[in-house]
Amino acid sequence: MIEGAKWKRWVFFYIPLAVFIFSLLFPFYWMIITTVRPDAELYRPWNAPNYTPFWTTRPTWEHVDYLLSETLFSTWMLNTMLIALASTAISLFCGLLAGYALSRLKFPFAGSLGTGIFVTYLVPQTLLFIPLADIIRNFHLGDTPWALILTYPTFLIPFCTWLMMGYFKAIPKELEECARIDGASRFKAMIYIIFPIAVPGILSAGIFAFTLSWNEFIYALVFLSSPEQKTVPVGVTSELIRGDVFFWGPLMAGALLGSIPVAMVYSFFVEHYVAGLTGSVKG
Amino acid sequence: MAQVVIRNLNKKFDNEVHAVKDVNLEIRDKEFVVLVGPSGCGKTTTLRMVAGLESITSGNVLIGDKVVNDLPPMDRDIAMVFQNYALYPHMSVYQNMAFGLKMRKFERAEIEQRVHAAADILGIHELLQRKPRQLSGGQRQRVALGRAIVRHPQVFLFDEPLSNLDAKLRVQMRVELKKLHDRLGTTAIYVTHDQVEAMTLGDRVVVMKDGLVQQVGEPLELYNTPANRFVAGFIGSPAMNFAAVTVSDGGGALWAGNDGLRIKVPAPLSNRIGAYVGKPLTMGIRPEDLRIANGADPTDLSFGAVVEVVEKLGSEILLDVKVGGGSMVASVEPTTLTKVRDQVRLAINPDRLHFFDNASEAAI
Ligand SMILES: Nc1ncnc2c1ncn2[C@@H]1O[C@H](COP(=O)(O)OP(=O)(O)OP(=O)(O)O)[C@@H](O)[C@H]1O
Ligand SMILES: [Mg+2]
Repeated sequence: MIEGAKWKRWVFFYIPLAVFIFSLLFPFYWMIITTVRPDAELYRPWNAPNYTPFWTTRPTWEHVDYLLSETLFSTWMLNTMLIALASTAISLFCGLLAGYALSRLKFPFAGSLGTGIFVTYLVPQTLLFIPLADIIRNFHLGDTPWALILTYPTFLIPFCTWLMMGYFKAIPKELEECARIDGASRFKAMIYIIFPIAVPGILSAGIFAFTLSWNEFIYALVFLSSPEQKTVPVGVTSELIRGDVFFWGPLMAGALLGSIPVAMVYSFFVEHYVAGLTGSVKG
Repeated sequence: MAQVVIRNLNKKFDNEVHAVKDVNLEIRDKEFVVLVGPSGCGKTTTLRMVAGLESITSGNVLIGDKVVNDLPPMDRDIAMVFQNYALYPHMSVYQNMAFGLKMRKFERAEIEQRVHAAADILGIHELLQRKPRQLSGGQRQRVALGRAIVRHPQVFLFDEPLSNLDAKLRVQMRVELKKLHDRLGTTAIYVTHDQVEAMTLGDRVVVMKDGLVQQVGEPLELYNTPANRFVAGFIGSPAMNFAAVTVSDGGGALWAGNDGLRIKVPAPLSNRIGAYVGKPLTMGIRPEDLRIANGADPTDLSFGAVVEVVEKLGSEILLDVKVGGGSMVASVEPTTLTKVRDQVRLAINPDRLHFFDNASEAAI
C-alpha cells in the first residue's frame, strides 16, 4: 500500500487502477451491449436524435438466436474445444518432459538446445504457415481437425517447455537429490516429488496453451475450409462478415459466447495460476 | 553400521576447478567425523561424492568394505540431511518420513512403527500431520533428522544442518545431535564451517582448506598441537595470536623477539627451533594463554602492551592490545580492571607457545 498523504494514494493508486480496470473491461461491456442491442438501434447513425451508444432500452436475444440457429456456431465450439484440448494435452506432455530434461539433466548441448527451442518459438506464425501448409497437404490432413491438432504444438511445445524449464529450475535440486538418496530412481523422483510440486506451473502452462490454441486464427483460417470444420474465431469472422457487410450483433454474440469457456478455465484455476506465475515454491 | 574409507579422492569440475585434492580419510564404524574449513574449501563436494550425488574424478569411496564409486545414491544405504532441510513441501511430516521406506517397499505396519519410533526420539509426534510450511525452523530440522533416522542407514551425512537456525537453537540442536549419535551409534560425516560445532560434535575433526586436508585429529589434538598455521588460526575462538619474530641466541638460551617483545624460548621448544637462529619465524600464542603479569612473573616471559579495546564478555574480558608494531588479543580474568590506553604487562604460558615456519607454514 502507498504510504503518506491521501492525495498520493489517489494519484498513484486509485486513479491508475480505475483507468486500468476501465480500459480492460470496457471492450467486454461493449461486446455485451452490442450482443443484446436490436438491429434498429445498431445501425442508427450517430447524429440521430435518440442515439444511445452506451446502453439500450430494448435488449433482445435475436442475435444469439440467429447465431445458434442460422450458423454452425455450436459445431465450431465443439471443434475448437476438441482441438484446443488435444493440442494442449500433447504440448503439455512433451513440454513437461522436455522442460525437465533441459533443466535437470546434464547432456551435451543442453544449453544450446534450450535456446534453439526458444528461437523456434520466436519464428512468426505468419511465416511458418506457408511450409506447414505444404506438409499438411502432403499428409492429406487439410480440412480435418488433425491439421490443427498437429500444427498447434509447433508453437505450444516450445512455449510449455520454456515455462516448465523456468519452473523446474526454481525447485531446489536438493529435494530431488534427497528423494534419490531416499531410494527413488530419477524417474520416480520426478513423478513423486518434482511434478506434484510443479502443479501450479503445469496448470499455468496448460491454461496458456489452451487459450493460445482457442484463440489461434491464421492456421485455422488457412488449413480449414469447409464451414463445419471451422473453429470459433475463423467461423465467426468468415460466416458473419459477408463482403463488406458486418453482422455486428451475431458477431459480438459469437465473440461473447466464444470467450466464455476460456474465462471459465481461467477463473477455475485462478488461484493455482497466479501461484504459477509468481513461481513460488514454499519449503 | 559401517566404516567409510576415502582414498585419494579428487574432484575437478569441468576440468577446471580442482575442488577436492587427494583426500584420504578413514572413518571408523560408529565414529562421528566433522569436516570443517572455510567457505569453498571442498567440504560439501567431498560429502556429495560420498553420497553419490557428484561423480568422482579419481580415487575411491568405500562404504563398509565395498567400493561404491559407481553405485547410485539409493543403493549406498546412506541418509543425508541438507542445509535447507529439503523437506518435500507437498507431503505431511509423516509422509516425508515414510517416503524413503515406501520407496524401499517396506510393509505398512513396519513403516508406521518406525516413523512413530523416530518421532518419539525427536519429540515431533504432534507434528506428524502438518505440512513443512507450517513448521518452525527448528521443527523442520527435527523432521529432516527424523527422515534420515527412520531408514536405519549405515552412514549419516550432514551438510551444515544447523546453519539456518538462530544461535540459541543451534546450540540446543547441537546437544541433541550429539545425544542422538550416542544413542544410535551410526557412523556420521558432518560438514560445517563453524569450528565450535566441529569441536563439540566431532569424535575426530578434519580441517580442510582449498581442497586439501590440513589435519585430522581429535578436537583437543587440533587445539593443542595444530599441524600448521592455518589449523592453529582456524581452531579456537578468539583466534590464536600470531607475531612475526626473529630467533636469536644469547646467554645460553634462544630468544624470540621483535620490536615489541622478547621471549625466552623454553627448553623443549628451543631444541626444535635451534636451526632457525637468525631467521624469521611466526610465533603463535592463544589469547587464553596470556594473562596480566604480576610481580612474580619473570620479565623474559612477559612483555608490555597498550590496551586498545576492552571487550567485556562476562565470563572473561578480551583485551585487544598493541605490542610493538603488531596487535594481539588476550583473554583475562573478568575482574581485571583495565581501561583503554592503559599500559599493561602480559605474561605468557611458556608451555603453550607455538612456532611456525614462514615458508611452509608448518608447525615446528
Ligand atoms: N557444480 C559446480 N561446478 C563448478 N564448480 C563448483 C561446483 N560446485 C562447487 N564448485 C566449486 O568447488 C569448490 C568447493 O565447493 P564446496 O561447495 O565443496 O565448498 P564448501 O566447502 O562446501 O563451502 P561452503 O562452506 O561455502 O558450503 C568451490 O570453489 C566451488 O566454487
Ligand atoms: Mg558447503
